Amino acid sequence: MFRTTAAITCMAALGVGLWTAPGFANKANDTLRVAWDQQIDNADAYFNTNREGIILARMVWDQLIDRDPETFQYKPALATAWRWVDDLTLEFDLRQGVKFQDGQPFDAEDVVYTLNFVSNPANKVLNTTNVGWIKNAEKIDQYKVRIHLKAPFPAALEYLAGPIPIYPHVYYAKVGPDGMGRHPVGSGPYKVESLEPGKSITLVKNTDYWNDSPKGKPKIGKIVVTFPPEKTTQLAELLSGGLDWIWYVPTDQVKNLEKVKGLTVTSGETMRVGYIYFDAAGRSGKSPLQDVRVRQAIAHAINRPEFTKTFFASTANVLKGPCFPTQFGCYQGAKQYDYNLAKAKELMKEAGYPDGFSTTLYAFRQPPSWEDALAGYMRQIGIQASIQLLQYPAFRNKNHEGVTPISFGDWGSYSINDASAILGNFFTGSADDFSGDKELQGWVQDADTNSDPKKREELYKKAIDRIMDRMYWLPMNSYAVYYAHTNELNFTPYKDEIPRYYLYSWK
Amino acid sequence: MFVYFIKRSLVALLVAITVSIVSFLLLHLSGDLAQSLAGPSASAADVAQVRKAYGLDRPIAIQYLDWAGKAIRGDFGDSLFLKQPVFPIIAERLPVTMMLGISALVIALFVSIPLGIAAALRPNSWIDRLALTISVFGQALPSFWFGLLLMMLFGVTLRWLPVSGTGGWEYYVMPAITLSYYSIPTFMRLTRAGMMEVLASDYIRTARAKGLRSMTVLFKHALRNAIIPLVAVAAVQLGFALGGSIVIESVFSLHGVGYLGWESISRADFPVVQAIVLILACFYIVLTLLADMLNALLDPRIRVR
Repeated sequence: MFRTTAAITCMAALGVGLWTAPGFANKANDTLRVAWDQQIDNADAYFNTNREGIILARMVWDQLIDRDPETFQYKPALATAWRWVDDLTLEFDLRQGVKFQDGQPFDAEDVVYTLNFVSNPANKVLNTTNVGWIKNAEKIDQYKVRIHLKAPFPAALEYLAGPIPIYPHVYYAKVGPDGMGRHPVGSGPYKVESLEPGKSITLVKNTDYWNDSPKGKPKIGKIVVTFPPEKTTQLAELLSGGLDWIWYVPTDQVKNLEKVKGLTVTSGETMRVGYIYFDAAGRSGKSPLQDVRVRQAIAHAINRPEFTKTFFASTANVLKGPCFPTQFGCYQGAKQYDYNLAKAKELMKEAGYPDGFSTTLYAFRQPPSWEDALAGYMRQIGIQASIQLLQYPAFRNKNHEGVTPISFGDWGSYSINDASAILGNFFTGSADDFSGDKELQGWVQDADTNSDPKKREELYKKAIDRIMDRMYWLPMNSYAVYYAHTNELNFTPYKDEIPRYYLYSWK
Repeated sequence: MFVYFIKRSLVALLVAITVSIVSFLLLHLSGDLAQSLAGPSASAADVAQVRKAYGLDRPIAIQYLDWAGKAIRGDFGDSLFLKQPVFPIIAERLPVTMMLGISALVIALFVSIPLGIAAALRPNSWIDRLALTISVFGQALPSFWFGLLLMMLFGVTLRWLPVSGTGGWEYYVMPAITLSYYSIPTFMRLTRAGMMEVLASDYIRTARAKGLRSMTVLFKHALRNAIIPLVAVAAVQLGFALGGSIVIESVFSLHGVGYLGWESISRADFPVVQAIVLILACFYIVLTLLADMLNALLDPRIRVR
């Protein structure tokens, strides 16, 4: 609870003027030191669900396809060419001459083993949305594979270009997810030199990284990742030169940091969206939230433009639907809920709760001031929300256990530029689905699996209309992440919220 | 003397058993362990299977006895997050917390005893007022705040010390000072009050009348009696310091048991939390017991009370 308050008061008390420029940024010994907020449960990319896991995966492993971070265009990676054979079959020509970091050569066996392993429900990967569409993979010859789909899944290439890294089959068969989690081995631009759970991850440049990779040859020799739990500590480390790069810099610290010599503050809107999730299905027990009028009242009571303006950079936007606007199928014309306290109170009265009620607001990652603000908005219509701020794994477990009446979270869609990456997770009857709306679930499932883009758009429109009309999910705003780093680093933020350290270099 | 020790040991054992029961019950009241163990994407059938496989469908008393039996042998189960046995994880981090706690205690005693003596020798003087000021600040400032101030001054502005992380002795300086700051007021007041009381007693007057050197009177005759209460309090404070390290270790990213506890609470890693609570409680109990025994040795009157 004290993090933000401490950060503000501490910096105010000492004054920016006291600080000096970072003196020992690690360009000299070619080591980039970065801080991540979330630790990774298991470094095996299929057995963790947080953003940091995705970032690590891009560095250690390669995908069949690479997606250009600026243009969102697909580029050949481990696959040199691909084609749809039919609605249920994708064929890939594989690259020759690629070697994994353990010296094993890459070929069709690796693709087949990885995809068959992760798509087998018995192996219980965590991101079922990412791989659940794969029926199996089949080797055609040493450098040609086919992926068979369970049902038409138009977003397949998006997933193959994102959260589906290819593992060395000999190593993975030997060590399994546990071993891969402790000692990751891939074909990517960085090798894991050491991994101490909860403490640090040290990556070193893969000097044998294969030619022609769209990721390019890595430029920085060593990357050390640590997980200081307090944002204030991260800021202090950055100011003292103990860190070179941090992200999710609190908005209220940006102005101070911008004045510090030797540091650069960069911001950019990302695909991540904030949301408030209501337990309309009553999974956490009978509650007023099962009444649509109560949910709509809350939507009217929360001043989203004010919230966005207060806590986010100017590049963040209030959302019109439960997805990121660039994502395929993210319909923007659904019912909107303006900030209208009178209407909110009227709805509460109609629902039979003129004096409000008490509930618990679950949240993760966000600074406590955000939850305080949301609780404050709800208090205006008599709802007393006590706040449970958790780390992501605990938050996710609570959600999946179905004990959360209201959740405030964010979702980065695994950087997939398709609405299936968000609606498919929250509205298809999964453990994250609190709508309990079977009809809606059917529409989203159909949209996720239909091969006709027009039909998909129609189905997503219907689904988004229903979500907004019944207020199952209040889309808050897109995120705009602030990054702060030594100005000796060439750094570019990307909309898919993946810092690609392999593209960065020293000035 | 022997009876006194046996009595105190039995009380300590009872406290340890109570703590173990409470921590075990808390674990079981805070969520469905089977669901946590089975993982977020487990089906109801998987959860039921895990419940049976881990014996979570048995009566809670039986589960407790089973857990306690294993805990005595050092087996606290597996971490839900790290998927590794709990005890080695804690054992790896315990030296960091011990180092922090003991350093903090040494710093606190090193600062507070001379200050307390000086304040007692010159009541209402500038040194007494300085001691009082330190005491007030020590109790009024939240420890994380004091830690951040140190971090900004010595880490950011002067750059004498590393801001965070785990490594050599230099990584412990700021956290240990921060942690010690909490104990200094208590130690200082006890020393001051004890010294003032002892210095006013008859045997000190006699010692002075015999013409002994004032330093001899002060350190040989007065201090030994004045610091008896400090022994008990120091042990208790070390126990507090081990528990209080949760905040300090997370502020300074010092990878000790406190930091592990903070992480485990926030990611609902119950077996680790439970083991940490029990281990820290046992340390506290043992320290208190040792302090009682030491006090009894130093002051025979305690044994017959």
